[in-house]
Amino acid sequence: MKWVKNLMKSRKESLPAGYREYTQRKVAVIILLVVLSCFLAVYAINAGSAGLSSREVLLTLLGKGEERWRMIVWNIRLPRVLAALVAGMALSLAGCVMQNILRNPLASSFTLGISQGAAFGAALAILLLGAGSTGSTAADAVIINSPYLVSFSAFLGAMASMTVVLALAARRDVSPEAMVLGGVALGSLFSAATVILQYFAQDVQVAAMVFWTFGDVGRASWRELTLMAVTTGVAFLYFFFNRWNYNALDGGEETARGLGVEVEKVRLFGMLLASFISAVVVSFLGIIGFIGLVGPHISRRLIGSDHRFLLPSAAVMGGFLLLAADTFGRTVMAPVVLPVGAVTSFMGAPLFLYLLLRGYRR
Amino acid sequence: MILKVNGIEFSYPSRPVLQGVRFQVNRGEFFAILGNNGAGKSTLLKCLNRILKPTSGAVYIGERDIFSLRQREVARQVGYVAQRQERPRMTVFDAVLLGRRPHMKWSLTSADTRAARQALQLLELEDYAMRFLDELSGGELQKVVLARAIAQEPEVLLLDEPTSNLDLKNQVEVLQLVRRIAREKNIAVIVVIHDLNLALRYADRFLLLKDGTVFALGGREIMTPANISAVYGLPVEVVWLGKQPVVVPVEEGEKSAPVAAGR
Repeated sequence: MKWVKNLMKSRKESLPAGYREYTQRKVAVIILLVVLSCFLAVYAINAGSAGLSSREVLLTLLGKGEERWRMIVWNIRLPRVLAALVAGMALSLAGCVMQNILRNPLASSFTLGISQGAAFGAALAILLLGAGSTGSTAADAVIINSPYLVSFSAFLGAMASMTVVLALAARRDVSPEAMVLGGVALGSLFSAATVILQYFAQDVQVAAMVFWTFGDVGRASWRELTLMAVTTGVAFLYFFFNRWNYNALDGGEETARGLGVEVEKVRLFGMLLASFISAVVVSFLGIIGFIGLVGPHISRRLIGSDHRFLLPSAAVMGGFLLLAADTFGRTVMAPVVLPVGAVTSFMGAPLFLYLLLRGYRR
Repeated sequence: MILKVNGIEFSYPSRPVLQGVRFQVNRGEFFAILGNNGAGKSTLLKCLNRILKPTSGAVYIGERDIFSLRQREVARQVGYVAQRQERPRMTVFDAVLLGRRPHMKWSLTSADTRAARQALQLLELEDYAMRFLDELSGGELQKVVLARAIAQEPEVLLLDEPTSNLDLKNQVEVLQLVRRIAREKNIAVIVVIHDLNLALRYADRFLLLKDGTVFALGGREIMTPANISAVYGLPVEVVWLGKQPVVVPVEEGEKSAPVAAGR
């Protein structure tokens, strides 16, 4: 263990005064966010009509609770809370990386048309493949018959959108501004196509299509949750491995090349993975806007634009925000549950305006 | 000889830029690339560390053709300072640490932080380590990006217009530093520069580029009024202020009056 000490010592000596404190502050912010998210998660599991106390929730999570608590916590509340955390992380991470790669603070899966592509795919499955119909349960007025078919079709829609965005990204002469404008155009194209599908659909199908687009973290079962968590985890590792490349890109494209960054490759794979994890989340949960903008932006404010710290912080921030939005949506008008997609847009839109007013800089 | 450029050609889709450019640069040498706007100077510089890929020809660092290497391997040997600098919200120390990126594997080592600190020391920027890039003056920023390129521990340093945004004092300071670095670290420094007088003062050898071809190549002896006039397309005189040659443009109709300046 002596060599570890020596290593730490030599590392410390080679750092300028104040640098350790500076980085430790950033780490502290991230840890604080994690702790806050944990508290919020317990509160969120707790919140609801079943009347569990925090203590009972904790006991149940540790496997010591009563059977009926176990049912509620493990089958309903916990998957929902974890889905909110994981989806928030994925969307925020994707936004963070897209904003860096496209050098534009307004880039996200929502503004680049990927979410709208998914909605179109879902609508298509509901209309043509009969994947949706109404039914009546105590929980929801609308049931989607084969959720996997809808999710798969939504995923294909998102991929179609993503391919166009990637094709634009691969061209050198397309500026970042043009890319975001292209994404907006793509988004409205898919929205229009969805409207046309709705026009020809029966009312029950329209209900299912509209219902699908309300992003809802309560849709995830353990299996979907696992899939989202694995893809997000892998993407995070890849992004984190590239953290210095993203920092170099912040210094300008030529500077990055001069520092040995293979710019095209970093861009293409970054966009690919960021779009992919957004597509996975959106196709399981529906459209959840603005987390990809708000999460990274608040993190930049708190932590700065160093991706060593920004990536983890944006991820945790996204999870925290989406969970907070969902918990808010569940409790504010209880027992009515507001779709989380509406809540996030509600809090995201003012921030979007604020960004524009501030004369944005990343 | 550390850098050898072997007849490179480069064209943009619309027009050819470089044709048959060849030259060599030695270790410890301050080498200036001169020419009028649009002559292809910056393009040439970017071909030397494969930011751009020439259509034909080769560039050797030591014995190896850079186009057989990966971008990262090139960056371990060639440092580059772009003409324009972005100012992300980042500390000076982090910006300089970024120079270690070509040498890094998964994370920083103490060798990386040490190299960054030494680069800061060399440029007398230690007190700036915790300042943010967006709070620096143009001269300070220029020194920081120079420090980053030095932390890269290159054998060849490419600078694109390092003095274009600087005031007189900073111009002199930066170029003095660059020359010192070339000598002390025994690395080749290749500078694209507009200011002929600064070039004459600090560079050891010169390359005059005209319409994408090498017009003249050599030491001070090639910096004649005839050559400079031909390259820049206007009559000039070279007068001597003490030991320092100075290029003075002559307007048409103006009677040439060589000033015998000096003491």
